[in-house]
Amino acid sequence: MHLLEITGLTKSFGGLQALGGVDFHIDELEIVSVIGPNGAGKTTFFNTISGLVVPDEGRIVFEDEDIAGLEPSEITKRGIARTFQNVRLFPDMTILENVMVAQHCRTETGVWGALFNTPTFRNEERAIEERAKDILGFFGTRLTGYRFRQPAYVLSYANRRRLEIARAMGTMPRLLLLDEPTAGMNPKETAELTGLIRKLRDEKGFTIVVIEHEMRVVRDVSDRVVVLDHGVKIAEGSYDEVSSNPDVIEAYLGRPAEEGA
Amino acid sequence: MNQMPTRRSATDLDWDRVRRWGIYAGLTMAFLSSIGMVESLDKRLIVDPILSLGFLALLWVPVAFGYAATYEEAKEGMAAPEKGERDLIGGLAAGLIGGLFFVAFIAIADAVDLRGVFPRIGPALIDLLTFGRGTAVGGLLWLMISGLLGMFGGLLHVLPVRVRRAVTNALTAVFLVALVEIAVVDIFESLRLTVISDWIYAKNGGVTIAGAIVVGALAALSSVRSEGDAVVRFRTRYATMEGDERKRFNLIAGAVGLVLAVVLPMVLGGLTNELLANVGLFLLMALGLNLVVGYAGLLDLGYVAFFAVGAYTTAILTSPLSPKWTPMLTLDFFSIEGWVVMVVVVAVAALSGLVVGTPVIRLRGDYLAIVTLGFGEIVRILFLSDWLAPAFGGAQGIRNIPAAVAGPAEINGTKPQTIFYLVVIFVGIAVYVAWRLYHSRIGRAWAALREDEDVAEAMGVETTKMKLLAFITGAILASFGGMIFAVKVGSVFPSSFKLIVSIIVLVIVIVGGMGSIPGVVVGSLVLIGILGGPTQPGLLAEFGEFKLLIYGALLVFMMLRRPEGLWPSVQRQRELHQEEILQDAWLKAEAAADSAGER
Ligand SMILES: Nc1ncnc2c1ncn2[C@@H]1O[C@H](COP(=O)(O)OP(=O)(O)OP(=O)(O)O)[C@@H](O)[C@H]1O
Ligand SMILES: [Mg+2]
Repeated sequence: MHLLEITGLTKSFGGLQALGGVDFHIDELEIVSVIGPNGAGKTTFFNTISGLVVPDEGRIVFEDEDIAGLEPSEITKRGIARTFQNVRLFPDMTILENVMVAQHCRTETGVWGALFNTPTFRNEERAIEERAKDILGFFGTRLTGYRFRQPAYVLSYANRRRLEIARAMGTMPRLLLLDEPTAGMNPKETAELTGLIRKLRDEKGFTIVVIEHEMRVVRDVSDRVVVLDHGVKIAEGSYDEVSSNPDVIEAYLGRPAEEGA
Repeated sequence: MNQMPTRRSATDLDWDRVRRWGIYAGLTMAFLSSIGMVESLDKRLIVDPILSLGFLALLWVPVAFGYAATYEEAKEGMAAPEKGERDLIGGLAAGLIGGLFFVAFIAIADAVDLRGVFPRIGPALIDLLTFGRGTAVGGLLWLMISGLLGMFGGLLHVLPVRVRRAVTNALTAVFLVALVEIAVVDIFESLRLTVISDWIYAKNGGVTIAGAIVVGALAALSSVRSEGDAVVRFRTRYATMEGDERKRFNLIAGAVGLVLAVVLPMVLGGLTNELLANVGLFLLMALGLNLVVGYAGLLDLGYVAFFAVGAYTTAILTSPLSPKWTPMLTLDFFSIEGWVVMVVVVAVAALSGLVVGTPVIRLRGDYLAIVTLGFGEIVRILFLSDWLAPAFGGAQGIRNIPAAVAGPAEINGTKPQTIFYLVVIFVGIAVYVAWRLYHSRIGRAWAALREDEDVAEAMGVETTKMKLLAFITGAILASFGGMIFAVKVGSVFPSSFKLIVSIIVLVIVIVGGMGSIPGVVVGSLVLIGILGGPTQPGLLAEFGEFKLLIYGALLVFMMLRRPEGLWPSVQRQRELHQEEILQDAWLKAEAAADSAGER
């Protein structure tokens, strides 16, 4: 039984087929990389899983339930969280609040509790804050201390990416979808994040799908690599198998050179 | 090579800018005169007998525009632009140009009969503008006045900060004291201190010259003693307060507010109480709308609909003249009947929030604004329609809404004090609700929704549910406003619920500061208290016919110069000062923790 099993996932935008019947699966505690040239449909793949885009056809079965077409918040509630390729934080909220708000679907006090400041409400608020601080602590000291109360937009690019991961962790998912988490980072930061992705699995127990362009990261983190091109899966296997696959090489070399390919 | 910094000569000015602002000044003065503002406002004296509000409406123009004409932005990384005689000359020139245009306007108005197009330009206006001395003398005087005032505007750049602050504070203080005349006379009368108010205020209204000098001198003195802009300092400090300190401050502020709210109405007369009751009524609505627009980011232009629903529900439940249903309940806050009324009002408001909210909630931004605007009008037209007249009375509305009751006290519009107390209680409830919700899981969800709806949804926030919740909470707060309004006026008509009410409430929120409770309070005080509501007069009752013009001008000015509002929310404030303040606060906390650890 796979944690997530996708069959025949199809999505077209007008005449353009972004996904043409993709099959995919991932098991508990696996790290799978999704690679492919620009416009291959990788982000669309994530968008359909997280519910931001409704697929035309196909089944997305997560923990024995078909989640295709559910509201994104429903899908998040079931345990899938994501980051965005083009970093989309809540810029004017504080760093702490960014992670606190992500726990929305894991908490429940409503208007009543807030208005009358009930003990349940207070305990829950405290727990939310503690958990958020704990999660931010996972990234060392750069998102802690005085940073807690700073608006997210003051962060450097790399820190924004880290905060996005922290926010996804805040929803307490089983499955994490990371869309190009190292984009725009320097080699040192990239290396560090590579280690962090492994730690997310080894210490925090997340199952992870990661879209990456940086081949060194792909090599270092993946248990398995899936290659998309023109919305179709053209190869799948270990990093070594995939990187020597002639179809994959052609997909990359047939286009403007990709870094690291 | 050693280069001497080139000193700029006295006439090295951006003459284009000077000319432009001079022309603007002249045109503005001509415009203000031609719409009849000078003439209408001339009746209200600011400083007796030398300055009326009408002339003030003209005289600020050369000062402000002279200031603007010589304003030089300090560019990042460049030396601050040096100040000097240049600014005086620029201001003078702008003032003279403005004066010239204005004099030309007077001359033309004198020579040609423009009354066909501008009904307000007549002999009376000319007489007023030329001080009754003929066009030649009057024109010369205006040239002089405008030039000097323009120069004064330029001078403001040159003066050392302290002096400038003293001068502006003195002028503002005199103006404010003249502004609140009605209220102050009221208070002093009931305190039997008419000696003082008689001395400050002249018989015909306005501050006496001696009073003006004393008030101005006091204001100048106090500003010289204090460091920096007190308001800004206070706001910054408030923004950096943490946890307990902030809680304590809020408590103290709340207690002071409460005492004021209890004591003020007793010492104030009917007129001032009426004014404050209006301020409170609009504040109540603004607090509700702030929740919808400022917190959740949903631009609702039909907010008045919920105000109307609250008013009509109250009318139907209590009035014996309600055409269809006449339960004739009494809005008695100390009996079960009154609570039934309130529960029904809340339920109907919540239901209408749900009904209006459900279809529109999936729309975004502009679309939401337009559709809610439509809904607001539909509600009013439904109340007005013949079709529903058997239930709501059509254009006649519903009359004879009885007074509300609280124990021995009757609450109705003829006793504005009682209305004021009622308003204060509900404003208190609204502030509490807004504040509690904001600092909860729901408030955070709203903030996320406002910042990026898609991402909020992807992060597990049920956006539809949260939006509806904001809509409904806002609707309930507005319906309380409607309930009080019905009791206050004693009757409800569709014409009380026009689009302009929604717009003015929105302007309060924007001018005060979106998402900021103190901002909304300041916004209501300034706009409704001073200018007045759509039909309610403010302290400057003379503004009546120009109210909307001033609202518009103020909105444009705020959007250009201060989009975050008069009292920005902590979030916006943080945006402005970010790093330094927070880092300071953190270091301070660290130091405190260290010293606590050592002990
Ligand atoms: N909402 C949309 N509307 C129309 N076309 C879209 C939309 N989203 C994606 N596409 C198109 O679908 C194709 C796949 O896009 P996608 O963003 O999934 O590629 P990607 O593999 O993530 O590329 P990159 O490496 O550049 O991030 C592209 O041609 C893109 O233009
Ligand atoms: Mg992509």
